[in-house]
Amino acid sequence: MQRKHNLLENTIHGIFLLMGLVTVGFVLIITIYLVISGIPAISQIGFFKFMFGKTWASTHTTNPQFGILPFVLSSVYGTAGAIALGVPIGFFASVYLSKLASPKLKALITSAVDLLAGIPSVVYGLVGMLVLVPGIRIILNVPDGASLLAAILVLTVMILPSIIKVSITALDAVPSEYEDASLALGATPVETYFRVSVPAAKSGIAASIVLGIGRAIGEATAVMMVSGNAPNMPSLQQSVRFLTTAVASEMSYAGEGLQRQALFSIALVLFLFIMLINAALNFFIKKNKEG
Amino acid sequence: MKKFLALILGMTMMMSALSGCGQKAAAAAVSTDGSTSMEEVINILGEAFVENNKDVKFTYNPTGSGSGITAVKEGRCDIGLSSRALSEEEKSDGLKGTVLAYDGIAVIVNPENPVTDLTVEQIAKIYTGEITNWKDVGGDDKEIVLIGREAGSGTRDGFESITETKNSCKYRQELTSTGDVITTVSQNPNAVGYASLSAVKDNVKVLMVNGVAPSEDTVKDGSYKVQRPFVLVTMEGKELSKTAQEFFDYITSSKVNDLISSAGVVSAN
Repeated sequence: MQRKHNLLENTIHGIFLLMGLVTVGFVLIITIYLVISGIPAISQIGFFKFMFGKTWASTHTTNPQFGILPFVLSSVYGTAGAIALGVPIGFFASVYLSKLASPKLKALITSAVDLLAGIPSVVYGLVGMLVLVPGIRIILNVPDGASLLAAILVLTVMILPSIIKVSITALDAVPSEYEDASLALGATPVETYFRVSVPAAKSGIAASIVLGIGRAIGEATAVMMVSGNAPNMPSLQQSVRFLTTAVASEMSYAGEGLQRQALFSIALVLFLFIMLINAALNFFIKKNKEG
Repeated sequence: MKKFLALILGMTMMMSALSGCGQKAAAAAVSTDGSTSMEEVINILGEAFVENNKDVKFTYNPTGSGSGITAVKEGRCDIGLSSRALSEEEKSDGLKGTVLAYDGIAVIVNPENPVTDLTVEQIAKIYTGEITNWKDVGGDDKEIVLIGREAGSGTRDGFESITETKNSCKYRQELTSTGDVITTVSQNPNAVGYASLSAVKDNVKVLMVNGVAPSEDTVKDGSYKVQRPFVLVTMEGKELSKTAQEFFDYITSSKVNDLISSAGVVSAN
C-alpha cells in the first residue's frame, strides 16, 4: 500500500516538474530564437551603425538604412514621460486609497482601477486615435496630433493600474505598530503616512514603478495607433516610432532579406531592455522581502 | 474516478482521431496567401468557386504581399497574392506573376478640404515635401499632413512607384492598414492620404487626378493614372495541384469579370 502511494506521489511530482519545465522551455526557445535570428542583421549592418544610426529607411531601393537610434530614444522618452506623469498620480492615489479613503470609497476606486487594468490596449489606442489625437491637434493648434505627446498620455493611463495596485499592496503591508508609534509621538496622520509608511513601503513602490516601465516599454498596439509611426528622432509634437511598433508595423509586409532580419534584431534589443527591467524588478522585490 | 477520467480521455482522443479522418476526406483544397488589399476580391472568387465545387476547401491567409510571395516560394500555399508587380529579383527566384485585375489607388482628403483636383506632378511634389501648404495647390492656407502606409505595404509601393516618389516621401504618419488611413484622413482637415479605391468610404473626399475621377472605366482605359496590378503568384515550372489549377483557370477567365468588378476592381482578362 505504501509503495503504491509513493508511486502516485512520484508520478504527480513528475507531472508538476514537467509543467514547470515547459514554461522554462518556452522562455529558452524564445530567447535562443531571438538571439539566433537577431544577430545576423546586426553583424551585417554593424553594431554601432545599427544601434546609433539616425536613419531608418528599410525599403529604400538603392541605399537602405537601418539605424534604430530614433526607435530606442522614442521608447525611452515615451516611457520616461509616462513615468513622469503616471508616478505622481499613481503614488498619491495609492497613499490616499491605502491610508485615507473610507473602506467604501476604497472598494469603489479599487474596482475602477481593476477595470482600467482589464481594458485591452486596442481600446486605449482607439480612444486615443479618435479623441486624443484630434484633441491635441485642436488644442495645441498643430497640423497633426499623432505624436510622442499622444503616446505618452495614453501610456500614462495604461501604467496607472500597475503602479496603484502594487503600491497599495506595499502600503497596506506596513505594520500598523509603526504608524501607531508615530501617531503616539505626536506626528499628524499625514506626517505619519509620508515619513513612516511610505519609507517603510519604498521598495514595493519602487517595484511598482519598474512594473510600470515594463508595461510602457512593451506596449505596441495602443502606441501604434496614436504615435503616427514615422521613424523620426523623438520630439514631443512629432510623429515617432517606438521599438515595439517598429517591429509590429513592418513585420506583416517585410519579405525575406535584411529588412526582416533587422526587425528581429530590433526585437532582440527590445528583449534585452525587458530583461534589464525584469532584473531591476527582481532586485526591488528581493529587497522588499529582506527589508 | 480515475477510470472515469481515463474513459473521457480515451473518448476525446477517439473523437479527435475521427474528426481528423473527416478532414482528410475533403482533400481537395486551394490555399491562397498574401496581400490584404486583395482580400475582398479573392474571397468573392473563392466563395464562387466553392459554390460550384462543393467538396473543395478554399483558404485565404491575409498576411501581406511580401509574406504571400514568400509563402509561394516556400511551398506553404498554392497561389500567392501580391498587390504589386513582382520585382526582378523575385522573378529570377523562379516566381511567375499573372495579373488578375487592376486596382485604382484613390488620393483622399478630408471633406472640409476645398481642393478637388491634383496632377500626378503635384501629388509627387506634395509627398516629397516640395509643396507643404494647401494654398499652393488651390486650397486653404494650412500645412499639409501626409498620411501613408508602412514600408513594405503593397499600396505604398504602388502609390510611390506610380508617382515616382520612391525613397523620398516625407510621411507625417505611417499607418498599418487602409482603414487606419481613411479614419485618420477623415479626422484631420489638413490630411492627405491614399487608399484602395474599393475601400474608400463617404467620410473622405476622393480627388481627381489630372482631371480624371477614379472609376472602373477610367482605371480600365488607363486614363486614371494612379493604379496598380493585383497579381497571382505561382512558381515557374512547378505544377499546381489539380484543384488549384482549376481555381487559377476559373479566376483568370472572363466568366468572373462581374465578380471581380463587384469587389471594386477592374478585371484584367
